[in-house]
Amino acid sequence: MPRKQVRLEHSVEYLSVMDKRGRVDEKLAPKIDNERLLEMHRTMLLSRRLDEQMLILQRQGRIGTFAPAIGQEGCQVGAMAALSRRDWFVPAFRETSAMLWRGFEPTNLLLYNAGYNEGGAIPEDSHDLPIAIPVASQLPYAVGLAYGTDYRDTDEIVITFFGDGATSEGDFHEAMNFASVFKTPIVFLCQNNHWAISMPRRRQSESKTLAQKALAYGMPALQIDGNDVFAVYAAVEEAAERARAGKGPMMIEAITYRMSVHTTADDPGKYRDEEEVEKWQEWDPILRLQKYLKAKKHLTDQQIDELEEEIAKQVNEAWEKADKQMQELDDPSVIFDHLYEQLPEYLKAQRQAFEQRLKHGG
Amino acid sequence: MANLNMADALNLALMQEMEKDGDVIVFGEDVGVDGGVFRITDGLLDRFGERRVIDTPVAETAIAGFAIGMAAYGLKPVGEMQFTGFSYQGFHQMESHAARLRWRSRGRYPISMVLRMPYGAGVHALEHHSESREVYYAHTPGLKMVIPSTPRNARALLVSAIRDPDPVIFFEPKAIYRAFREEVPEEEETLPIGQSRTARQGSDLTMISYGAMLHRTLEAAERLADEDGAEAEVIDLLSLSPLDHERFTQSARNTGRVVIVHEAHRSYGPAGEIMARLIEESFYYLEAPIRRVTGFDTIVPMFAREQDYLPDVERILEATRAAMND
Repeated sequence: MPRKQVRLEHSVEYLSVMDKRGRVDEKLAPKIDNERLLEMHRTMLLSRRLDEQMLILQRQGRIGTFAPAIGQEGCQVGAMAALSRRDWFVPAFRETSAMLWRGFEPTNLLLYNAGYNEGGAIPEDSHDLPIAIPVASQLPYAVGLAYGTDYRDTDEIVITFFGDGATSEGDFHEAMNFASVFKTPIVFLCQNNHWAISMPRRRQSESKTLAQKALAYGMPALQIDGNDVFAVYAAVEEAAERARAGKGPMMIEAITYRMSVHTTADDPGKYRDEEEVEKWQEWDPILRLQKYLKAKKHLTDQQIDELEEEIAKQVNEAWEKADKQMQELDDPSVIFDHLYEQLPEYLKAQRQAFEQRLKHGG
Repeated sequence: MANLNMADALNLALMQEMEKDGDVIVFGEDVGVDGGVFRITDGLLDRFGERRVIDTPVAETAIAGFAIGMAAYGLKPVGEMQFTGFSYQGFHQMESHAARLRWRSRGRYPISMVLRMPYGAGVHALEHHSESREVYYAHTPGLKMVIPSTPRNARALLVSAIRDPDPVIFFEPKAIYRAFREEVPEEEETLPIGQSRTARQGSDLTMISYGAMLHRTLEAAERLADEDGAEAEVIDLLSLSPLDHERFTQSARNTGRVVIVHEAHRSYGPAGEIMARLIEESFYYLEAPIRRVTGFDTIVPMFAREQDYLPDVERILEATRAAMND
């Protein structure tokens, strides 16, 4: 009868392993061997330089609109490095660093951003899903994929990426609920980069953390420093272990920052202060990792310079190759490819008519 | 052979496909313990267990997305939307991903899945339970869209849909789930998607319909024969996408007179597309303007007046006589 308290014994932990100056709490640090750590650093740097080059190419009108991952490289590479190649990667649309870690070719990314479907091709043996643009819409199928890995009794798990804005979408809530109800092996990695185009995090939700939304679904959650590769790695490793052990999903809210534009189609000067961006530069995930690596003598300034040169060359070559491929991709009738396993008659007729016109210079 | 109604025939298709292929997984709201609100999935849970017959939370987006993810993994998901009127909450998943993942990944992720849903008016249901919005799906590149009309073809078409390599939207005419029975063979039977059939032979006029309205069309054709002595050929489309235009084109060229019947709204409805095809390709064969008898461009009314909304035999006959007499 009386009105009384329903006890909800929930809280969200915050994890940070490395400070601003690259000093690491050894007790909390995940075990990552040096070679892997250097590979992670290289992928982060490649992602940064590729994005920078793509910003130039976009302004020159040579590629189209895209969403740079600048500032989020640590979050993405830290997460993917904690997983196996057999695990499934379900991106949204700002996961360039994660894609590069998984082996996605920079040339293909350039082709994709230049408007060619061919650039989005996924190799047959890959466990990566393609880019998904409608916000949060990848989350429901990521859960279906996770159900599949469980149904077939594999030890594969799924990781899916989304942003702070996505937590306002119904798809997020339905997917979280399904994942929890069916205990699917999936890691929900929210990259809270503080901005959903012009909408700041504080106006996206009245919740104190985004991580706590998981608690409503009976799912554990962790909030972490998303610009700290060690914290991200440790958190994803923990969530993946849980999932692999059949304990179901987990959500990680990685606090990071979108240091560049939402996409090349907007101007952040209209809605945010440059001071805020400058403040976050001190937390740049690449610089912090470099500070750590240098302090540990795993990397020298000279090696960084050499790596920069090597990456600049790689990015240039990727563009040259993409540019050449675009000139060779001169058959527009491929727009009829891959719609169905077999093209139905009415589409064959449309394709034939189109090809006839092309042949006659139409 | 068993004498089955459409609900039982659909159930048979699911039972047999699940028996045959361990990758077929059925899920949706109330499909397990309850056997589905129309009992289409009755008995599946007992036979195949809860890993393969899944009662889901009430979430159409997640049901559609769940199916897409399972299909991307290589399973054969068969999701159920309780009514088409609730499928819109899952529509963006079908349009944005089911229809596109094969295309977007350049063939890496074919989405072989079925989304079943009962459609149409005539069962005295609440608002949102009586719509016929097949066009939303038939209009979407990358999806296939089928609607059976009898127990036997419903069973065969569902088997084909489950085995199809592409995403298939499977509309079930709920008004005739239990309206009549038909002999359905025990042994496996399929029906190619994208193939229509001739439901009645005739050479004076062509009538084109599908789903629940096929039966009113057939009734009108019988009355036309009895009262006017004219023999209508009746084409049952079965698939709206891909649309089998060969059969109705042949028939229309033969008779020169065409009436199209569906309960979907008139404007931009399936009849519009069929008329356009006939006018583009068979204009000079036509002896009279093509008629269409359809649902009105109103919201489907509440059930006290749903029969006023639906094409009835009188309306179909009127249009048919007009087409005959021009």
